Amino acid sequence: MSTAVADKKPAAAEEIPTFTATLIIRRFDPDVDEEPRWEDFDVELYATDRVLDALHKIKWEQDGSLTFRRSCAHGICGSDAMRINGRNRLACKTLIKDLDITKPIYVEAIKGLPLEKDLIVDMEPFFDSYKEINPFLMAGATKGGKERKQSPVERARFDDTTKCILCAACTSSCPVFWTDGQYFGPAAIVNAHRFIFDSRDEGSQVRLDILNDKEGVWRCRTTFNCTDACPRGIQVTQAIAEVKQAIIKGKP
Amino acid sequence: MPEKSASNLVAEPQSPPKIRSPKRPAGTLYRGNEGMWSWVLHRITGVSIYFFLLVHILDTALVRVSPDAYNIVIDSYKTPLMGLAEIGLVAAIGFHAINGLRIILIDFWAFGAKHQRTLFWVVIGIWLVLLAGFIPRQLMHVFGG
Ligand code: SF4
Ligand code: FES
Repeated sequence: MSTAVADKKPAAAEEIPTFTATLIIRRFDPDVDEEPRWEDFDVELYATDRVLDALHKIKWEQDGSLTFRRSCAHGICGSDAMRINGRNRLACKTLIKDLDITKPIYVEAIKGLPLEKDLIVDMEPFFDSYKEINPFLMAGATKGGKERKQSPVERARFDDTTKCILCAACTSSCPVFWTDGQYFGPAAIVNAHRFIFDSRDEGSQVRLDILNDKEGVWRCRTTFNCTDACPRGIQVTQAIAEVKQAIIKGKP
Repeated sequence: MPEKSASNLVAEPQSPPKIRSPKRPAGTLYRGNEGMWSWVLHRITGVSIYFFLLVHILDTALVRVSPDAYNIVIDSYKTPLMGLAEIGLVAAIGFHAINGLRIILIDFWAFGAKHQRTLFWVVIGIWLVLLAGFIPRQLMHVFGG
């Protein structure tokens, strides 16, 4: 077959090699299954494919009932955090070539949130703790209706935590969160950090009080799973440590 | 057992199996890095130190109740088995103490959070040096008479 192609278009690049990878997916259909079960799929893939492409291939060509969330497919929307080979990753940012394809690839839903179907979990508890930290600018009217000024240095102070896409990879990688769903979780603290250290914001004391709670920053055990899981490379544990220090000092 | 359940299938609703499969088949183990394993070790050593302290407070309190009973208990600690358990105790306290310092550095020093992995191996290094100094002496003490 490859020679036939070569005859027609001698200038064409060599055919890109494909290979077969095995995905083992933890599936759960609440209408049928009492318990989740593992299911194997063999997929033909390019090295440049991502885990999300493999899931698409399965859904479109093999089993249309496979259920997962995705929207942007480019690491922006934060829909497709899942556990890939035992670590939380975005399926759309995990290249197949970075995984060991001689072994099967394990894919399952993120941990610690109620499983709804296949790779989908109920994100409400996650967003509830996000809402609790007042994730919006709290500031009174400006003098004379002018803009709020901020120097580049002041902006840089919280730059890292502005990058969060609320994918829940960090919160659902946290051993404390697995056992205690009441814990605010890294993502909520990251988004509190984003406003606490914003020089324009006036509500940092409110947020520090909320996070000084029993289920707040003091539950953090510095396992660094969150920092490792964050697809945006946010230094999550460091941000939590900074909030801890701000609470002790009583100001950001 | 298999024949029985086969006949059950047709006639009546299945009786619940004796050995139930686990509620949720375990997912894969979360593969954390040094940070997670240091936390696991910190927890294990912490809980074991807690139980040691509990027993230790009880046996010390015994001296108020009955000095004879106290002596018997303390003598039972002088067996080789207890000597080995003491090594475990020193190892647990040593790790918990040194890793505790690491956690303080992580919480209060940006450098600590950035280099927590290196710090973990530093902790393990100091810990091994501590044990290398202690274990031979303890073994000599226990078995050398
Ligand atoms: S901090 Fe990172 S891992 Fe956590 S929700 Fe935001 S983007 Fe996702
Ligand atoms: S699909 Fe939007 S982040 Fe992956």
